[in-house]
Amino acid sequence: MLLKRLCEENGVSGNEEAVRDLIYEELRRYADEVHISSIGNMIALKKGRSSEKRVMVAAHMDEVGFIISGFTDQGYLKFKKVGGIDTRVLISKKVTVGPQKIKGVIGMKAIHLQKKEERENVPEVQTLFIDIGAKNKEDAQNMVQLGDYAAFDTEFSAFGDGKYKGKALDDRAGCAVMLDLIKDTYEYDTYFCFTVQEEVGLRGAQVAANAVKPDIALVLETTTCSDVHGTEPHEYATQLGKGVVVTFMDMRTIMPAELVDWLYRAAKEAQIPVQYKNTTMGGNDAGAIHVAGHGVRTAALSIPCRYLHAPAGVIAESDMEAMKNLAALFLRRINEVI
Amino acid sequence: MEELLKELSDLRGISGFEYRIADEIEKRFRMYTDDVHRDALGSVIACKKSSDPHALKLMIEAHMDEIGLMVKDIDENGFITFVNIGGVDPRILPAAEVIIHGTRDIPGIIGAKPPHLQGAEESKKSVKINDMAIDTGYSRDAIADIVSIGDSITLAQSAGVLANRRFSGKTLDDRAGIAVLLEVLRNIDFDPALELYFVAAVQEEVGLRGAKTAAYSIAPDAAIAIDVCHGVTPDNAENAFEIGSGTVISIGPNITPAFQKQLVDTAQRHNIRYALDVDGGDTGTDAWAIQVAREGVPTTLLSIPLKYMHTSVETIDIADAEATAALILEFIKDFGREEEGFCC
Repeated sequence: MLLKRLCEENGVSGNEEAVRDLIYEELRRYADEVHISSIGNMIALKKGRSSEKRVMVAAHMDEVGFIISGFTDQGYLKFKKVGGIDTRVLISKKVTVGPQKIKGVIGMKAIHLQKKEERENVPEVQTLFIDIGAKNKEDAQNMVQLGDYAAFDTEFSAFGDGKYKGKALDDRAGCAVMLDLIKDTYEYDTYFCFTVQEEVGLRGAQVAANAVKPDIALVLETTTCSDVHGTEPHEYATQLGKGVVVTFMDMRTIMPAELVDWLYRAAKEAQIPVQYKNTTMGGNDAGAIHVAGHGVRTAALSIPCRYLHAPAGVIAESDMEAMKNLAALFLRRINEVI
Repeated sequence: MEELLKELSDLRGISGFEYRIADEIEKRFRMYTDDVHRDALGSVIACKKSSDPHALKLMIEAHMDEIGLMVKDIDENGFITFVNIGGVDPRILPAAEVIIHGTRDIPGIIGAKPPHLQGAEESKKSVKINDMAIDTGYSRDAIADIVSIGDSITLAQSAGVLANRRFSGKTLDDRAGIAVLLEVLRNIDFDPALELYFVAAVQEEVGLRGAKTAAYSIAPDAAIAIDVCHGVTPDNAENAFEIGSGTVISIGPNITPAFQKQLVDTAQRHNIRYALDVDGGDTGTDAWAIQVAREGVPTTLLSIPLKYMHTSVETIDIADAEATAALILEFIKDFGREEEGFCC
C-alpha cells in the first residue's frame, strides 16, 4: 500500500530525500515536468487545458524527528528534536538512525531508581539519549555520523474500524492524496508541490510559492484531533471520521472567507463529509504560501489526526477519502474560485 | 540464544494471566524432559532426575510473568481506561502501543489530552495513569463486544537486536531468566548428580507468590533464583552493573554465604565472567520468598544486568545470559565430583 510505504520511509525535516525518491517514482508517469529545487522541494507540473492561470497544491514530505548532536564516552547518542515533539512521548520508544536505519531505543533509568520529583516531572530532553548498543564513543561513531537524522520506528497498519495508525501521517497522508489528484487533468496548469521543512517553519512552501507564483493555492494537510478521552466535546478541534476539515483561520493564516465558504458548501452539496477546524491553534504551509510574492489566495484542507507528532498517529480512511474528493472538486471547478 | 530471547520476550502474560503463555513454556520444557507439571497457582515445574535415588534436590527458578496493564473501564466513546499491574513506569506510557487481550488481541495506542489543551504547568508534569486512555480505533459498541473490564493489556513493542549482540525488548525481565533455564536444560546431556527442578514461576511482579508455592511443593535442598538487575545507564550508575559484566552473583542476608561462594569458585574455575552484587536485605526477587519456604532453603541469586527495567526497551547483553547459563551448568556438572554436597 502506497500510504504504508510513504509513512514507513524516514524523512525528517532537512532530510527528505528518501521520501522524495519514493514519491518521484509514483508521480513520474503522470507529471509533465518535475523540478527539484535547491532546498529539496519537488514540484510536479500537470499541464492544464489552459496555461492562462497557475494553481498550486501543496503537501509536505517532512516529518518531526531527531538529529544526532553528539556521542557520550559510553557510546550513547545525544540528540536534538527536529520539529515540535512533546518530550513525554519519547521515553521507551524505538527509533531508527541514519541512512542505514540503525536500530536504537530511547531509554531512561528504571522507575525503581527514580526520585519522587523525577517521577512527577517531565525530563529535560537534553538528559535523554539513544542507545544503539555501541560499546563506546568510537564504536558509535563507526555506525552513526554527527548530524545523522533519526525517526520513530513505527509499523504502519490498519487500525480499528476503517482507520490507520503509523508515524508521519502528518503529512504523508497529504502527499498520498496529491499522488491521486495528479492522475487527472484540470483546467489550468496545476503545480503539485511536495514541500520540505514544514515542521521547522514552513520553509519549503515559502520558496515553492515564490517559484510557482500561483494565482491560487490549496494546502493538503493533517490537523490535530482532540476528540479523545479527557477532553470535553467543546474542546474537540476536529473529530475523527467526521470528514475533511476546512480551516477558516489558524495561528499563521486567515483563509479568504469566500474560499472557506465555497469549500464547505461544495462539500455539503456533494455529500462529502466535512467539518470546520474548531480551534485557531496550529498552522501549516498556507501560512507561508499566502504571504509569498504579492500574496496568494490560499485555502487549507486537512485530515483529522489523533496523536500528531507522536510515534503513532491515527487517521480515518473515510476522512482521507473526503479530503481527496473535496480537493478534486476544487480543482475541477477551479473557475468558480480562481 | 538470540532466537529464544526473541520468542520468549514476545510472549504476553502479565501477573495473574500467565496461563496465556504457560502452554508455550511447558512445551519448551518438554523438549528436554517428560516430567513437567503445573502447580495450583500456574507455575510450570520441570524435573530432570538423577540415576542416584538419593540425589539432593536443586531448584532453579525464574519468573515468567510480566508487568502490564488491566482494563478498568470503557468510556462512552470507546476509549479504554486502565490500571497498572506491577511496577509500570507511567512515563513510558504516553503514545505507547499496546495489545489488549480481549476475546481476541486488539492493538491500541495510549493517548492523552493533546498539548494545545494543556496549560504550561500541566505540560511539564508527567501524565498520570488515571488521565490516560487507550484508543483502539473502534466505537464503544464495537469494542465492548471484544474487550471486557479486567482483560489484560501488554506493551506491544517487540524485541530487536542492537549492535554488539545487545538485545532490546519488553519483558526481558524475566524471560531472559526463562531463556537461561532452557539453555541449561538443553545442555544436560549427562546423568546429573542432582535432582533438578526447573521452575517458571508466576506472579513475581506482584509479590513473589509463585516462587513461594513452588518452593514449598518441591522442598528443595537448595535453590538458585535467576532474575535481572539494573544496568548502568548515562542517568544512573548507582546500584547498577555495566551490561556485559557477566552473571551477577548476589551477596547479603537473602543469600546463603557458603552456597554463594561455591558459585564464585565455579565461575573462577571455568573462567566465567561474573560480578558481585551486595544487597543489605530484600533483593526484590523470588530469592527472597524461596529462602523462607518450609523450614528454609539455602538460596542464591544470579542476575543479568538490564538497562531500562520495566520499560518496553529493556536491554541486555546476550553474553550475560549465556554466562549465567554457563555458571549453572558447570555448577551442576561439578557437583558431587569436586565438592561434597551444598556447602550450606
